[in-house]
Amino acid sequence: MTILADAMTRILVQGITGREAATFTAESIAYGAQIVAGVTPGKGGITIHGVPVYDTVQAAVSAHPVDASVISVPPQFALDAACEALANGVKLLVVVTERMPRRDVVTMLETAARAQARVVGPNTLGVISPGQTRVGMAGGSAHAVRRAYSPGNVGVVSRSGGMMTEVANLLTQAGIGQSTCVSIGGDPIVGSTILDLLPVYEADPDTHAIVMFSEPGGIMEERLAAAVKKHKPRLPIIAFVAGRFADRMQGVRFGHAGAIVQGTQGSPAAKIAVMRDSGIIVANKLYEIPDLVREALLRR
Amino acid sequence: MIIVEYEAKNLLKARGLPIPHGLIADSPEEARRAAMHIGGNVVVKAQVPVGGRMKAGGIRFANSPDEAAAAASILLGMNLRGFIVERVLIEQKLTIITELFIGATYDAAARSALLLTSAQGGIEIESVGTVGRIHFSTAYDGLPAYVAREAAASLGIRGRAFQQLSSLIKQVGDAFIDLDALLLECNPVVLDDHERWWVADVHFELDNDALYRQKSLIESSPFSAALANNRTAFENRAVEIDQADHRGVAGRLIPFDGNIGLLIGGGGASLTTMDAVLDAGLKPANYCEIGGNPSVWKIKELTKLILEQPQVDRLVVIMNVVSNTRVDLVARGVIKGILELGRDPSTVISAFRIPGSWEDEGYKLLDHYGVRYFGREMTIEQVIESIV
Repeated sequence: MTILADAMTRILVQGITGREAATFTAESIAYGAQIVAGVTPGKGGITIHGVPVYDTVQAAVSAHPVDASVISVPPQFALDAACEALANGVKLLVVVTERMPRRDVVTMLETAARAQARVVGPNTLGVISPGQTRVGMAGGSAHAVRRAYSPGNVGVVSRSGGMMTEVANLLTQAGIGQSTCVSIGGDPIVGSTILDLLPVYEADPDTHAIVMFSEPGGIMEERLAAAVKKHKPRLPIIAFVAGRFADRMQGVRFGHAGAIVQGTQGSPAAKIAVMRDSGIIVANKLYEIPDLVREALLRR
Repeated sequence: MIIVEYEAKNLLKARGLPIPHGLIADSPEEARRAAMHIGGNVVVKAQVPVGGRMKAGGIRFANSPDEAAAAASILLGMNLRGFIVERVLIEQKLTIITELFIGATYDAAARSALLLTSAQGGIEIESVGTVGRIHFSTAYDGLPAYVAREAAASLGIRGRAFQQLSSLIKQVGDAFIDLDALLLECNPVVLDDHERWWVADVHFELDNDALYRQKSLIESSPFSAALANNRTAFENRAVEIDQADHRGVAGRLIPFDGNIGLLIGGGGASLTTMDAVLDAGLKPANYCEIGGNPSVWKIKELTKLILEQPQVDRLVVIMNVVSNTRVDLVARGVIKGILELGRDPSTVISAFRIPGSWEDEGYKLLDHYGVRYFGREMTIEQVIESIV
């Protein structure tokens, strides 16, 4: 089993005629994803890689029921596209769009919460359930996804889209497969944090452990640690925090969205300390992760 | 980006918020004239994009035009937390009966906008015990008036001052939403001896991702825009290279003083590589984040920019297992850059580790020039450890 998406998930792509979206649509289909429709206002009636394109989400969903929508539109249209999907009953949005204004992100998440829908992103590369489906563009071509990702029992949650593939590849190289990998997005405010996904993974009997890739900034890891301490989840969590060097270089702001350290709040050292204290296993090096996962699985 | 105090105040004043009478000055003589024009006691405030100016000595009081000129001559040219003071704001000094804190920002945990209020203004909000926190929706054009009234009431304000404060709080919330602020802090908000409220200081951080729809704000804040674009020649050249070609990202180059040039990406992998480099005791010459699918030209120019720093004697090229970046194009760009500098790729490149799309073509090229490369079976840290 998987979380969020599997081989049966019917996917809509908003902004499907964009260069990037057209490419990942073709590659996702080649990987096995069921992309049933696309939307680009003004392009209704054409097909892209065999996928019918509509002018509105309303028209798309009345012809093809969908379970999830990938939003790949320019930042100035992203809030509207998300609201359109929500208004038409889509319950899972994967927002690939980067650089959405904060106000729009918050308004989108507020609207989604009212509609009882889940948002992954913004600024995500998407979700991969290896061997079953991909929602979004993580991992590149179908061939590249098959090489880096393999089916199995470890969930991967990453604040960096690129490093999700790196971590999945590391596990695959070590013979450890993945249940579902989620690029949660690099922005300071995202729809699904590790804390939101933990209960979803907990409910999946086929996920046996979670590997998390973290970065400086925000309070997501601190909140996760508090929740782990309190609720003692079934799943072992193996975390890696990149950007420890930022602690030694106070005042320098690093560009990767979300990785902004101010004072000690959100600093990697503070995150590592509270996570270790809560029982989360923190790897010092990426290459320690496969062994730490194996040990954690043996202790189950 | 941070909008400095006087430009933020101009924006708020245009929206009807009560801002004390003030004038800017770039010289002591201008400061004297400004103080004379304003009349009475004034405050002289350094205009730099940092907080905590009072503590750092960036705010001074003057009881005459001569004192204002003297204060300005101390402040102008002063280094205030890394910024040289180029401009001061001369403002009428208020008679303070009550000081409050009113601010708006985003609460990442609640994923919502947040109105912050405190009856203790004038000092750092972090050190204040009781802070009122009210979440509000950004879905509407402004802050609901009743939320502003509730906030004013929670501060214990009554009567005529209550009505005026409620409207001030509403205007702060409206401005926060309308101007795409990440943080809009009015601290202190002052009640004077005529029962009038004033916004005595403002801290305004603008959302860089909303610049496309805040063009007039940027145009009316040229001083802040210039400060935000203040970069070194090295950083400027990096931005030029990035903007000359829309393909791929040559993100944020930050120079350090080590000898190992880093051509690294994407964001998470850059952070991981920097950790590995410092853990191994190596000295980085720069930080950088390449991403997307950059052209050969872009990589070539970046390679040259990094290697042309006099202290740099070798280069490390590392990315995570890539999906969209073409390994062969990066390899071609790096080698071309090194050859154009008349150097030997096999000695300059200590390690090349970019596994992913078009890697076979890339490896063929690296083989041809005798460059040491690593595949996906080695993690980023293992590659760095192998070159120590």
